[in-house]
Amino acid sequence: MGMATQTQFHVLAVDDSLIDRKLIERLLKTSSYQVTAVDSGNKALEFLGLNDNEEDEERNSSVASDDQQVRVNLIITDYCMPGMTGYDLLRKIKQSSSFKDIPVVIMSSENIPSRINRCLEDGAEEFFLKPVQLSDVSKLKPHLMKGITSKETKSNINKRKGMEEIHSPDRTRARYSELEVV
Amino acid sequence: MEVVQIQRNLVDYTKSLFMEGFLDGQFLQLQQLQDESNPDFVAEVVSLFFDDSQKLLNELTIALDQPIVDFKKVDAHVHQLKGSSSSIGAQKVKNACIAFRNFCEVQNIEGCLTCLQQVKLEYYLAKNKFETLFRLEQQIVASGGSIPMIEMGF
Repeated sequence: MGMATQTQFHVLAVDDSLIDRKLIERLLKTSSYQVTAVDSGNKALEFLGLNDNEEDEERNSSVASDDQQVRVNLIITDYCMPGMTGYDLLRKIKQSSSFKDIPVVIMSSENIPSRINRCLEDGAEEFFLKPVQLSDVSKLKPHLMKGITSKETKSNINKRKGMEEIHSPDRTRARYSELEVV
Repeated sequence: MEVVQIQRNLVDYTKSLFMEGFLDGQFLQLQQLQDESNPDFVAEVVSLFFDDSQKLLNELTIALDQPIVDFKKVDAHVHQLKGSSSSIGAQKVKNACIAFRNFCEVQNIEGCLTCLQQVKLEYYLAKNKFETLFRLEQQIVASGGSIPMIEMGF
């Protein structure tokens, strides 16, 4: 067919569970995103062309043209994975000069406030509790749009299964005012 | 049997699975993700669940049979099973896994063995229910009918 439209966002999904990969892929495709699903943090870094070696990264980014470099608009990753956790992946992305601006979303089956806080404080845009729903995927749009427009996102209040988070207008940190026991 | 009757049977059967707690809202989410372009999505995911679970249950049996039980390994397997059952809406299996993990945490071997039996039971029951569900759907499709959407007030 023709060339891919510029407005179709490309999401990189990372999850070691085949079932959850299939699910997240379907959720994202239903929302008209292009999806690449990988089963580990290492594969995700490989896909991005990001190596542990800073030298390589510089080499990659100077050599790669727009055509060669993979364009990823958002990364959504499971937290609990063998080897590199979703949190480790988040840190690596945020430490990378080429990729730190890609929004990262973490998913987890466990509702552990300290875990959630740590991820959000270290740069994750959202934290979804599994199983991820269509309503969660609809929350991705503003983060994807940020990459296109320079407008700041409006502050909004999200409630999610006992956690309350507030996105400040200058999108720095999320704060938890109180925990609701469900 | 008329298609309409099979459709009615399917609706009643599905509703009963929700009422009895075999399925939860996540299963409805799965159904919502199925459409003409992905007509077998639910069956595919459930099938993956069967394969995955069978493997995990085998691993768990072996792991709990060791002279020295590696509870971390056992917990990892149960965590995975809990995750996949949760992802497809197999509520009773998921709940059995939650109980199982509690015994792993305190390294209670007897408790773990009992839980393994319980998880196996719930798994086989769930498998049976899903197979019946899909059989009814196949009958409807084979008779030229369409699969009715279940409306549930959640």
